[in-house]
Amino acid sequence: MSAATKTTEGLYDCRDAFSKTLEALAEADERVVAVVNDSVGSSKLGGFKKRWPDRLVNVGIAEQNMVGVGAGLANGGRIPFVSCASCFLTGRALEQVKADVAYSNTNVKLCGQSPGIGYGELGPTHHSIEDLAWLRPLANLVTIVPSDPWETEQAVRFAAAHEGPVFIRVSRYPVPALEHRLDRIEPGKAEVMRAGTDVAILANGVMLHKALAAAEALAESGVSARVLNMAWMNPLDVEAIVDAASTGAVVTVEEASVRGGLGGAVAETLALHRPVPMEMLGFPGFVPTGTVDFLFDHFGLTANGIADAARKAISRKG
Amino acid sequence: MPLSTASAPVSGADRIDLVRARALSIRRSAFTMVHEAQLGHPGGDFSAADILATLYFGVMRYDPSEPRHPDRDRFIMSKGHCTGAFYSVLAQAGYFPEAQLKTYMQPLSMLNGHPNRNYLPGIETNTGPLGHGLPVAVGVAIAGKLAAKDYRTFVLTGDGELQEGSNWEAAMAAGHRKLNRLTVIVDRNRLQQGDRTEATNALDPLDDKWRAFGFHVEMIDGHDHVALLDVLGADPDSRDKPLCVIANTIKGKGVSFMEDNVSWHHGVPTDEQFALAMKELI
Repeated sequence: MSAATKTTEGLYDCRDAFSKTLEALAEADERVVAVVNDSVGSSKLGGFKKRWPDRLVNVGIAEQNMVGVGAGLANGGRIPFVSCASCFLTGRALEQVKADVAYSNTNVKLCGQSPGIGYGELGPTHHSIEDLAWLRPLANLVTIVPSDPWETEQAVRFAAAHEGPVFIRVSRYPVPALEHRLDRIEPGKAEVMRAGTDVAILANGVMLHKALAAAEALAESGVSARVLNMAWMNPLDVEAIVDAASTGAVVTVEEASVRGGLGGAVAETLALHRPVPMEMLGFPGFVPTGTVDFLFDHFGLTANGIADAARKAISRKG
Repeated sequence: MPLSTASAPVSGADRIDLVRARALSIRRSAFTMVHEAQLGHPGGDFSAADILATLYFGVMRYDPSEPRHPDRDRFIMSKGHCTGAFYSVLAQAGYFPEAQLKTYMQPLSMLNGHPNRNYLPGIETNTGPLGHGLPVAVGVAIAGKLAAKDYRTFVLTGDGELQEGSNWEAAMAAGHRKLNRLTVIVDRNRLQQGDRTEATNALDPLDDKWRAFGFHVEMIDGHDHVALLDVLGADPDSRDKPLCVIANTIKGKGVSFMEDNVSWHHGVPTDEQFALAMKELI
């Protein structure tokens, strides 16, 4: 885990991997710049700013301009990483993301920081559980939801090398470093984290390690659960989703609204190609106040909650 | 390959004549397109025609055979609905054949109602929703400054468009960063889609607003080619601020029955009106 720092024992804040990788890229390629909305601290870009003050473009609290400036910097030959809390990047500046970045097909890298309910007690204005649903229909916009520091580093490296728009969801919620079987992420491919035959659990972001824990618990009671890492929301690995249905039951888990995100994408795919009983875990609507862990527990986004959903999906098999 | 303005060999009075002739042909071309498509925004095409002709045939440095040359001057059409005039000037500047203008807004045409940089050369960013051009232009200008390049960035906005808050986010950033190679041109025709700007959500005193945001402001007659050439052609290094040119224009300029008439925002001509207009556009 070259680019990660531990927060607590064995747990990592993916923003560290993001900022360290970006600094490494910036050192190697002067085209790499950062664009922020006074979000230097929350994007962990203090080190970047210190090393390259001119290449850290802080437009102040002005997200529409921030995304437009990103598109303009790309026009001028730069590789801009536009970094800001995901709620404001995708909510406030959605039309700029659509027109200036996705539709214009510009070489802009959008980094949605602290997505989902990362801001816990601050409430739904600062939660970003809608971002995936808002971005998923935007053609050209490669969308990645990394699960741990390694995958975050890989996503940032991919983004810099890819000619075209990318959105990366960068989590602050502490996660363990997971075991990955590949040296590098495969664009558009779901990663099989665990083989299984009774049910398939499709998860991404900070939910992936919880899905793996659920699979472990299910195994103890004799249930064989496949776990897929669905980091790639766009392009979506349709083949892997259809194959997951061969288990006869599917569960999706995401730190996002259950409407329109990963669950929606998987449901659309299964309905078109191979309908099977399905359970969707996520947030049903605006989320009440609480710590992040309280809220995950409250909405069943825990190993136990995921295992329960898996058993329910299995019980619905015909 | 070094870049030069399309009109580099021309100077003085000849340049003024060239710009005047191009402005007229832009109007004729745009109105022909709107007439054939029975779609478009001819009022704004006409108010912007002299500005576009001045930029492309008197001021800007570009090479249509290398539309993404890193040192080109950039022009961003923030009032993206006025594609009749914009596509016409691009075609006349040599970015694509003028014959292609006949496909304007036809099914599957590259000439969409609003410009798309991936469909045609010479377009810097996809516009249409208002208030998008200036933020992108600010980013282009920042990139130029970072790389110490001497290209200029021009953006043409409508006046009603300035009711969009994103413009003022961008204006604040441009002033703060003293982007002296950035020029905002406001097509101040005083009409928006439904009514006069001042009756809808007043913009005046518009010059004071730009000054307060850190711009050097010039107010000129936006149909006066001499004034346009003079102000837009001035050396940007002679000032340490971005430039805002408030070009006072007349919507529908050039056709008597269209001038300053809000119904020609997206009005389209009958065959009879088209014939009458073309008689005036000579």
